[in-house]
Amino acid sequence: MILTPSSSPHIRNNPSITSIMLWVTAALIPGLITLIYFYGWGYLINSLIAIFTALGSESVILRLRHRNIYKTLTDGSAMLTGLFIGISMPGFAPWWVIVIATVFAIVFIKHLYGGLGQNLFNPAMGAFALVLISFPVPMTTSWVAPMGPNGIERLSLYEHVQISIRGTHSDFDGVTMATPLDHYKTNIQNKTADELLETNEFSNGPLYGIIWVNLAFLFGGLLLLAKKMITWHAPTGLLLGVGVMSLLFSSDPDIRMPISLHMMGGATMLGAFFIATDPASTATSNKGKIIFGLGVGVLTYIIRTWGNFPDAIAFSVLIMNFAAPFIDYYTRPRVYGKSGSMKGYSLRGGNK
Amino acid sequence: MIIIIAILVLLSLAGVFGALLGFSAIRFKPEGDPVVAQIDSLLPQTQCGQCGHPGCKPYATAIANGEAINKCPPGGMATVEAIANLLDVDVVPLDAETDENPIPLVAIIREDECIGCTKCIQACPVDAILGAAKLMHTVIESECTGCDLCLEPCPVDCIDMVEIPTTIHTWSWSPPENHKLKANLIVTDGESL
Amino acid sequence: MSNNDKLWPLKGGIHPAQMKDVSNGTPIKQLSQPKEIILPLNHSNGAMATPCVNVGDQVKKGQLIATFNIPVATRIHASLSGTITAIEPRAIAHVSGLQAQSIVITTDQSGQIEILPKIDDWKSVSHDLLIRRIEEAGIAGLGGAGFPTQIKYRPHTQINTLIVNGVECEPYITSDDVLMREHSEQIVEGTLIALKILSAKDAIIAIEDNKPEAIGAIKAALNKLDTYNIRLRVIPTKYPSGGEKQLIYILTGQEVSSGNIPASLGILVQNVGTLYALRQAVVDGEPLTQRVMTLTGSAVNNPGNYWVPIGTPIQHIMNESTRDLIPHKIVMGGPMMGFDVPDANAPISKITNCIIIPTKQELPTFSDSNPCIRCGKCEQVCPVNLLPQKLYWNAKYHEWEQAELNSLFDCIECGACSWICPSEISLVQYYRYAKSEIKKEHLDKVKSDQARHRFEDRQRRLEKLAAEKESKRKARAAAAAKIQSNKDNTTESVLDDQAKADILASLARVKAKKPKLTTKVLDTKVVDTKALELAWQKTEDVVLKAKAKLLIAQQENSASVPALTTALGKLEERAKKAKLTWQDAVKFDATTIDDIEQ
Repeated sequence: MILTPSSSPHIRNNPSITSIMLWVTAALIPGLITLIYFYGWGYLINSLIAIFTALGSESVILRLRHRNIYKTLTDGSAMLTGLFIGISMPGFAPWWVIVIATVFAIVFIKHLYGGLGQNLFNPAMGAFALVLISFPVPMTTSWVAPMGPNGIERLSLYEHVQISIRGTHSDFDGVTMATPLDHYKTNIQNKTADELLETNEFSNGPLYGIIWVNLAFLFGGLLLLAKKMITWHAPTGLLLGVGVMSLLFSSDPDIRMPISLHMMGGATMLGAFFIATDPASTATSNKGKIIFGLGVGVLTYIIRTWGNFPDAIAFSVLIMNFAAPFIDYYTRPRVYGKSGSMKGYSLRGGNK
Repeated sequence: MIIIIAILVLLSLAGVFGALLGFSAIRFKPEGDPVVAQIDSLLPQTQCGQCGHPGCKPYATAIANGEAINKCPPGGMATVEAIANLLDVDVVPLDAETDENPIPLVAIIREDECIGCTKCIQACPVDAILGAAKLMHTVIESECTGCDLCLEPCPVDCIDMVEIPTTIHTWSWSPPENHKLKANLIVTDGESL
Repeated sequence: MSNNDKLWPLKGGIHPAQMKDVSNGTPIKQLSQPKEIILPLNHSNGAMATPCVNVGDQVKKGQLIATFNIPVATRIHASLSGTITAIEPRAIAHVSGLQAQSIVITTDQSGQIEILPKIDDWKSVSHDLLIRRIEEAGIAGLGGAGFPTQIKYRPHTQINTLIVNGVECEPYITSDDVLMREHSEQIVEGTLIALKILSAKDAIIAIEDNKPEAIGAIKAALNKLDTYNIRLRVIPTKYPSGGEKQLIYILTGQEVSSGNIPASLGILVQNVGTLYALRQAVVDGEPLTQRVMTLTGSAVNNPGNYWVPIGTPIQHIMNESTRDLIPHKIVMGGPMMGFDVPDANAPISKITNCIIIPTKQELPTFSDSNPCIRCGKCEQVCPVNLLPQKLYWNAKYHEWEQAELNSLFDCIECGACSWICPSEISLVQYYRYAKSEIKKEHLDKVKSDQARHRFEDRQRRLEKLAAEKESKRKARAAAAAKIQSNKDNTTESVLDDQAKADILASLARVKAKKPKLTTKVLDTKVVDTKALELAWQKTEDVVLKAKAKLLIAQQENSASVPALTTALGKLEERAKKAKLTWQDAVKFDATTIDDIEQ
């Protein structure tokens, strides 16, 4: 006879953490391919370095924590973190910047806080902030200029590997450029928007390519939405935040970046669909997710416009991660049969 | 001149806040010593004396005066943790060699052997034994706290401590197998899983 | 109530694989008659029924054999005719595997039936009679917890809408489906009876859209009978739409307030099986002795629906349906809310709507060792809008107060959250564990408060006794001192001289007394007259002491005067008896000696 009774339910929905991770990876692939196409093999190399470092450092920390290494590695979360880091870092970043970022993300942000599902901050964004502040020169001067027929000449894979290993791109001239947002921000003071957008610099300059990358991430995000891996609340919140702020404050493109560039430039789409939806560090209830997304969007706009950094998704997400438990506390859903979320708040007509 | 003004301002601020605090201390003073009552409400009320005090309330008073919180075996680790939580002190392992999570027991008198000496009746701290001189003694099961103070005085050793049997009415689910796997707190990683 | 066709969508909910066509393809059949019927006498709240038959009695099918003396339990009838062979502990269908006192009937083939008197026209009899008939037939809510139906028909508020629950949202179960297909007219008639008893305005029959044949059958029945106030509503298939509170929300948009019953909204929900049994009881006088049960699972050779007598041992059903001697598991109920039956000798009860005997691949055992990734899917599917993730953390880290505040007790344990969890966490088990721990804590608190009161009362009593002793001792010392100082006082002496002299004499004797002797002189062969004389003198001493006590008490006007007077009286009796015994012994001695000497 059956000794230990097992509790209902006796059927499950084919549960698997790995399948979720694989789907998110699949959704990132279009964006990665677009990045490689427009900005060179560096992104692939960075991603591979990051993935291998992630798996390696995770094995070490799991050993220290006396956990089952094979089981945890195969759930795919370390690989996904590595991929995020590879996508976020500049294309010409030296290999050691990638390694440091990844080790920090896996060991400190993920495992020292308790492992999968327990990270307080988004690991990739925390790592990005760390290396941006600690190594500002590599991080700000390694952004790749758009390559291809409308851009600079493409570098080969071997040349990218060289740049990565040597940690410097000084052997090659004119291969870097500021990010589109940075470029717009610095140059709008001298020129008008029409001039900026019509010049060759933009049609085959910084703006070229970034829109495609964002479209690719948007496509990936919609794929995840369709597969019900994420809900619409956080992305909508973020895009609304950025959009409304731009409408309010960026009406004049001669002074500030217009809304189109905010939405389609930088890491907005990546942030909306992949970063703000990282389940462990975001708010849990649906209302909370909207507020979280709104907060990230508004903060991103503020930092981009009035702050020192050209792109602010990482910092905004980290700040909102701080606030996520607070948001959770105040956005608990109303329980069926109660007028609030807590015990004792029964609907009128009840006797409790 | 400015310095004198500054000093005067600071002194007056200090005076105002001091007066406010003093007033609050008197006006909003909690009645009695509520900490003792709170600690007492966490103790299991077996009144067994294993902590070295004649009852739970005296032990609660002692804890409020700084005594160790780990002396109550019937309460188990759950009580130690609750008191630690209340007083914001560290959790210490139990003093006694008994089980960390004691199973509740009740006393039962083997009536064939009882001689009616009333020694156990006098020993029971909650008057849970019914009987009189030269009449049968019996334990009121629902009132017995399992403190086992009645075992020693019995001259014919006819009292047993037994576990309360589980009935269909009292059966409950145990947590899933791996619930103790505090999978995510790094501090517990050193312990065996 | 709601005159339009609006349906409110269920919050959350899941779509598990339905597996209904395994068992709904065949009409309701019967299994062979079991050799034994086991009818447990226990109720889930701890009460026990009293049998009204004895071991050895012959019973007919439908005969009343046990009743409870609490209102929240139904009567127990014999499901088949036979002989009562035992009333003893037997395994019951409970997750714990424990046993309960049960009536065991060994069935025979006599086919004798006992029914209640037929009611020819239920439309013309009183409500009270109909409700009494429901009670006498032992009708219970067949869709869920088996609550006695007659209590639901005596609500404290007026019921306006009756909802007939033909939803059957759980996978695998098809008993309500086939019952509706084959007996739709009886179900509709039962609805009409219920409407009459409640004087309700209208009724809604709710069926999920995955049961087209049942919908057709009910529609036909509604057209055939005179049913102007019964409507059929088809709702989208989603688990758990069939839960009472969820169904009320879907059909009416109203929510039952937490801690309340649907009657507070003027709504009553009844399962189709209950209404069928109700109709059978009223029109045909049949007590509840059998029900439709789905038998399904990959390890079953003949899945389908069967009319099963209440109390049929599961082993009998297994013998008829599966080759496996030791099945992987036996699930009573559906796969989402049913429980494992540890002992196959347990019997079917009134609320057993399904038995699943699966293979290992079909319903595997799940491990629970993956961490929560905080994906939040559990919150998306909870039909009660709770935060299962938060409750999980509360339960795991024993934060009972937080769990209660997060509305743990509103959880209906539907299992949707566990079903969707990607980490295979047994969420419902955590909630059940937490609920029982919180209840235990409440009970412990009550018990420990009680113990504290008893302890404090005992302390007070002991202190009072000590204080009384102390005051008495002081009083006696004072009285003694007074005696000393009042030797010359003639107007009011505490004791008269005779009493004084007696006391002094007795004290002298006590000083010179010999070791104690018993007064059971009649038992011994050798009569020691000297000993008897001493014994008598002892009793006289005691009397004197008691007299002194009484005098002191009288002087103090103490409350113990009447008690002491009675005690003194008894002691004087004893003294008299002792004197007589001694005198008799002396006489006896004298006679004996005289006889011997002669």
